[in-house]
Amino acid sequence: MSQFAINLLFVGASFALYIGIAIWARAGSTKDFYVAGGGVHPITNGMATAADWMSAASFISMAGLLASGGYANSTFLMGWTGGYVILAMLLAPYLRKFGKFTVPDFIGDRFYSNTARLVAIVCLIVASVTYVIGQMTGAGVAFSRFLEVSNTWGIWLAALIVFLYAVFGGMKGITYTQVAQYIVLIIAYTIPAVFIAFQLTGNPIPMFGMFSTHTESGIPLLAKLDDVVSALGFRDYTADVDNKLNMVLFTLSLMVGTAGLPHVIIRFFTVPKVADARWSAGWALVFIALLYLTAPAVGSMARLNLATTVYPEMAGQVENYEEAAQNPILYEERPDWVRTWEETGLITFNDLNNDGRIQMYNDAADYSDRGWEGNELTVNNDILVLANPEIANLPGWVIGLIAAGGIAAALSTAAGLLLAISSAISHDLIKTMINPKITEKGEMLAARISMGGAILLATYLGLNPPGFAAQTVALAFGIAGASLFPALMMGIFSKRMNNSGAIAGMLAGLICTLLYIFTYLGWFFVPGTNMLANTPDNWILGISPLSFGAVGAMINFAVAFAVSRVTAAPPQEIQDLVESVRYPKGAGMAIDH
Amino acid sequence: MADDKTNAAEYWKANVRLIFGCLAVWAFVSYGCAILFRPLLAGIPVGGTDLGFWFAQQGSILTFIVLIFFYAWKMNKLDQKFGLGE
Repeated sequence: MSQFAINLLFVGASFALYIGIAIWARAGSTKDFYVAGGGVHPITNGMATAADWMSAASFISMAGLLASGGYANSTFLMGWTGGYVILAMLLAPYLRKFGKFTVPDFIGDRFYSNTARLVAIVCLIVASVTYVIGQMTGAGVAFSRFLEVSNTWGIWLAALIVFLYAVFGGMKGITYTQVAQYIVLIIAYTIPAVFIAFQLTGNPIPMFGMFSTHTESGIPLLAKLDDVVSALGFRDYTADVDNKLNMVLFTLSLMVGTAGLPHVIIRFFTVPKVADARWSAGWALVFIALLYLTAPAVGSMARLNLATTVYPEMAGQVENYEEAAQNPILYEERPDWVRTWEETGLITFNDLNNDGRIQMYNDAADYSDRGWEGNELTVNNDILVLANPEIANLPGWVIGLIAAGGIAAALSTAAGLLLAISSAISHDLIKTMINPKITEKGEMLAARISMGGAILLATYLGLNPPGFAAQTVALAFGIAGASLFPALMMGIFSKRMNNSGAIAGMLAGLICTLLYIFTYLGWFFVPGTNMLANTPDNWILGISPLSFGAVGAMINFAVAFAVSRVTAAPPQEIQDLVESVRYPKGAGMAIDH
Repeated sequence: MADDKTNAAEYWKANVRLIFGCLAVWAFVSYGCAILFRPLLAGIPVGGTDLGFWFAQQGSILTFIVLIFFYAWKMNKLDQKFGLGE
């Protein structure tokens, strides 16, 4: 069977599964549509949350980020997992107790203000739309690489599949397809990682293999990797970073952003009880960690594999790296997987010094003494995971599995985001703000139509990515962290927080964060309109625009606190509402004075 | 019903105390061990690198999992103790 046929089989089978689930789990009521009827088991929800959370970026790009950045990019690992700790303790159980369907629901009711609700809706839509574009383009890449269709067709196919199960099944359909998608993606991710860890270190468990001895050279894998990359002019893989303030703030931004992202929060509305929301967050992190603990092993091993593929003499015990660097492979003798990926343009070769050999090294380093005239091999980070099975010479079915896994990661996150967007439109905007008299049936129809509309918008933006599409980290995490997270947290933990304080805080956090981002990345990300070059020298106190979300959150807290102290306390029924979300058992007791 | 009210206030205080404790550990392993104190931990070797690197790429994530389950377990006990469980 050809590789194409195998890929088609795996991807086709996974689609059949998703559609089968969609038919089985049709939504009958708005409660089904928004929160899957509220009866999802905490472990099931944990698995669905993991798939919801782990996007095309986690599946495809995370290992590449770690491979290229080494220790410095540990921020993504800690940030995207540590957020679940604050979500589990500061938000999820109380919002579950509140018992409504959306994030703007809570903000609007708690701050007794439609202005607050509207700010929350806008933040939610901007963050989620930015996020969903990346999923559509990610699915497009996976389709075009593995199913040999054009990128455009790939995106339309992805949209069609999501349409089938999200529009009919709502949260109910999405929940159970996400469970299936999690299983597909985690198997696809770990199998090649196990093989590669075993080949390199003899230890089949990637998270242990990474800290074991590299069989071929007899020294620890990470020490070997440091030696190899520094011989090629790169920083040591495990090197410490100098700008610790920025590293701390970037990690914190990713954490508060994670906790504030609406498509993650609403998953915790689907479990039956408050206690379940707490357990469920723990399970979600277990399922996420299975991938995130493996990703650093995949990244480091792929980096070493790539370097020793180009410089075979560096693989074993090396006396002199200077000599080993003299003999990279001939371009004509490159392995098959390099040829395959050259066709996609994600690996490019340019023989600058015309010696017929591949010189791959840090372009910023000067190796003219070695007769090198520039780095000749450019490898896109995103291919590391996708090419892993080929690099490790694994059988064709593993490649088919990776194809299905990458697509599952993109689709599951896209569906969660689309639900967050459509429920903000049909429930918060239409039902709560515009037409409270709408019937249950009418709201269901509105929910389905806005879901369809959101899918069309996401598809259009996936086909014609605007400038901000590449700014998921800055925009989605910045907005969620600086605006939504503090408002939600204060709504629960401060009885004194009132409408004016919350609105002023959200706007201050949002505006400061956007201004800081636009200063370095351009107004609305239009290239060339940035007022300062985006270099560490220009950053205030060395804080990168991507790390500013944490500062924005602090501004939000400070402004909200100050404004709320000089304005009237919230009315009694709101203070009672705060009391009631704090206690798992019915609202009666706390309200009874 | 005054008893219920003090009871509820106690419950909330206990919850907030527990959260502070858990978040102190959360911050210590991630911002502390993995980032700020990494130079101090440089002397402790772990598989070809140091303890700080291990915390940054493995240890903090494992600690996060333990923290959430510990919190959920403690809160269940609190819910029962104060008769607030569902």
